Amino acid sequence: MTGEQLLQAYYFLKLNRALEEQLLKFYMQNKVVGGLYRSLGQEAISVGTAMALEPQDWVAPLIRNVGAFLVRGYRPRDLFTQYMAKATSPTAGRDCNTHFGDIQRGVVAPISMLGAMIPVMVGVGWGSRLQGLDRVGLTYIGDGGTSTGDFHEGLNLASVWKAPMVLVAEHNQFAYSTPTSKQMAITDLVDRAKAYAIPAEIVDGNDLMAVYAATRRALEHARSGRGPYFLECKTMRMRGHAEHDDARYVPAELLEEWRAKDPIDRFSQRLLEEFGFSQEQLSEQDQRVAKLIEEDAEFAERSPYPEGSRSQAQEGVFAS
Amino acid sequence: MITMLEAIRQALRDELAGDDKVVLLGQDIGDFGGAFKVTQGLVEEFGEQRVADTPISESAMIGAAIGAAMVGLKPVVEMQFIDFLACGYNQLVNFAGKMRYRWGQGASLVVRGPCGAGVSGSAFHSQSPESTYLCVPGIKVVYPSTAEDAYGLLRSAIQDPDPVLFLEHKFLYRRIKGEVGHQPIPLGKAALRRRGEKLSVITYGASSHTAQEVAEQFGDQVEVIDLRCLQPLDEACLFESVKRTNKVLLYHEAQKTLGMGAELSARISEQLFEYLDGPVVRVAAPDSPVPFSPNLEKAWLPGAEQLAEACRRLLAY
Ligand SMILES: Cc1ncc(C[n+]2csc(CCOP(=O)(O)OP(=O)(O)O)c2C)c(N)n1
Ligand SMILES: [Mg+2]
Repeated sequence: MTGEQLLQAYYFLKLNRALEEQLLKFYMQNKVVGGLYRSLGQEAISVGTAMALEPQDWVAPLIRNVGAFLVRGYRPRDLFTQYMAKATSPTAGRDCNTHFGDIQRGVVAPISMLGAMIPVMVGVGWGSRLQGLDRVGLTYIGDGGTSTGDFHEGLNLASVWKAPMVLVAEHNQFAYSTPTSKQMAITDLVDRAKAYAIPAEIVDGNDLMAVYAATRRALEHARSGRGPYFLECKTMRMRGHAEHDDARYVPAELLEEWRAKDPIDRFSQRLLEEFGFSQEQLSEQDQRVAKLIEEDAEFAERSPYPEGSRSQAQEGVFAS
Repeated sequence: MITMLEAIRQALRDELAGDDKVVLLGQDIGDFGGAFKVTQGLVEEFGEQRVADTPISESAMIGAAIGAAMVGLKPVVEMQFIDFLACGYNQLVNFAGKMRYRWGQGASLVVRGPCGAGVSGSAFHSQSPESTYLCVPGIKVVYPSTAEDAYGLLRSAIQDPDPVLFLEHKFLYRRIKGEVGHQPIPLGKAALRRRGEKLSVITYGASSHTAQEVAEQFGDQVEVIDLRCLQPLDEACLFESVKRTNKVLLYHEAQKTLGMGAELSARISEQLFEYLDGPVVRVAAPDSPVPFSPNLEKAWLPGAEQLAEACRRLLAY
C-alpha cells in the first residue's frame, strides 16, 4: 500500500468506528428504528477488502460491512438515515440498515437470508466475463452463514464455472449465540472451500494490511481467469449479535484476548512506528472524521420521515 | 394470565413432558432460548437431545425433521423468523407436503415461527407467508390470535399426523394475554369473536384484534369470525355467518392478490351467491413488500381506519 493508501485506510477505519459510535448514541436516544448491528473489532475486514477492489469490481456488503460502503463512496449520512428510517435514506425509508446499494457504485444491496449473496455474486462475475468485462464480484459471509445451502451451491457453481468471485468469510467465532464449535465439525472455514477445489487462505482479520494484501492476491487470481478465491478472516465479534443482545454467552476472557488485538489500535501503531507517520497526520484524519460525522449526524436528525401515504408504500414494485 | 409467547412455551413444555417423541429443533433455541425467547428454559428441563440447536441450515432442518418424523418422532422446527422458511421451502412443500398422497406415509411435524408486520422489521422479517403454503396441498396452516388458542392449537398441531405450519404473529407475542387451559384445541374450528347482524368480518391472526375493535364502533351490526386455522378451514362456520348477515368482508394483513381473502371470496360467490346483499369485499395489504419506515409501514398495513371505512360502505350498500 502506498503512503496515501495507508492514510486513507486509517481514515476509513476511524470513520467506520466513529459512525457506529454515533449510531449507538442515536440508538440510546431511541432514534434508531429496529436493531443496531455493529462491526466493532471487524472494521479492518470491510475496509481492507473494499480498498483492494478495482473501481469496476462489484461488492455485496452484509450487515457488518459498513466500511465497504464508506470505501465505495457512501457517506455516514447514508447509514444514519437508513438506520433512522428517514425519507432521505438511500432507500427512502423502504428498507433498513445496510440493505441498500447502487449499481453505479458497484454495490449490490443484500437481503437478510444468509448465503443468498454468494450465488448472486457468482452470477455478477460470470455474467461480466461472458460479456468480455473485467469485473470481479466480491461478497462476505459469516461463520454461521457457511452452513446454508446457498453457500455450498454458490461455491460449487463458482468453482466449476471458474467464475471471477471472491468470498470473504468473517470468522468472528459466533453466529448469534452459537459458537463455531456447535455450527460445524471443522475449525477452519477454509476447509469448506477446499471441498470445492477453491484456493483458500487464512488471514488475520484484525490486520488491515494483511487483509488488503490477501484480497489483492484473491482478486488477481479471480481476474486472471483461474476462478474463485476464498479468504477466511479470523476475527471476533466484540458486541452482541445486535445491541439488544448482551452476549452473556461469550466468555469474558475471549473478549479480553481480542480487545488486545484491536485492528485500529494495531494499525495506528504500525503507521507511527513502522511507516513514519506522525501523530499530527493521524490527528488530522481524526478531525476530518469528527467533522463529517457531526455534519452527517445533523443532516440525519434534521431529515424528515417519509410521509407515509398508501400510494408511496405501494409504488416502485415494477419498472412501469 | 400469561402472554401468547408464554402460552406457546407452555404448549411446547407440556408436549415435551407428555410425549417423549416430541423434539424441538432450531437456531439458538437451547441455552439462548431462541431469538424471541420462546424456548427459554426448555433445554434445562429436557436436555440438548430434545431441544436441539441447529446450524443455519433451514433446508437441512426441515429435511431432518421429516426423516425423524418417519421414524416416529414428532419434531417441532423453529424458524428464527418465518421469512427464512423460504430457504427450507423445497423440503416442506415437495417432500413433507406430498408424501402421504404419493406413498401413504405421513410426517407428523410442525414448522413454527414469528411472522407478520408492525414492528419495523422491514421486508425480510415481516412477511405473512400463509397463502404461499395454502396453495400447496398437504400442509396444514394454523394461525392463532389469542394466548388460549396458541396453546391449545399448538398442542394439536404437534400431535397431528401431518405437517403443520404454525404462524405466530410477533406483534402479539408479548402484547396479548389470556387464561390458558390444559387442553388441546382441535384444528379446523373457527371462533365467533363477536356477534353482529348485518355484516360478517372474516379474519385471523393479529387482524382479528383490529377487527374486534372496529366492530365495537358499529354496535350489534358487525360480526367477527376468527378462522384460527386456514387449512383445514371451518367453512361451515363462516358460511352460516354469511347466510345470517348477508354481507361479508374479508380482512387480513397478507397481501390482497391471491391471499386467503381471494380464496374465501371465490368460495362465497360460488356457493352463497343468492344470500349476498352486497359485493364480497376484501381489506388487505397492497401488493408490495413490507416497507421499513414506520409511517410507510403503517400506510401499508390494512389498519382500523381502512377497515372501518370499508365496513361503513358495505353496511350502507
Ligand atoms: C437463512 C437465514 N437463516 C436465519 C437467519 C437469522 N440470522 C440472522 S444473523 C444470524 C447469525 C449469523 O451469524 P454469522 O453468519 O456468523 O454472521 P455474524 O452475525 O457473526 O456476522 C442468524 C441466524 C438469517 N438471516 N438467514
Ligand atoms: Mg459469526
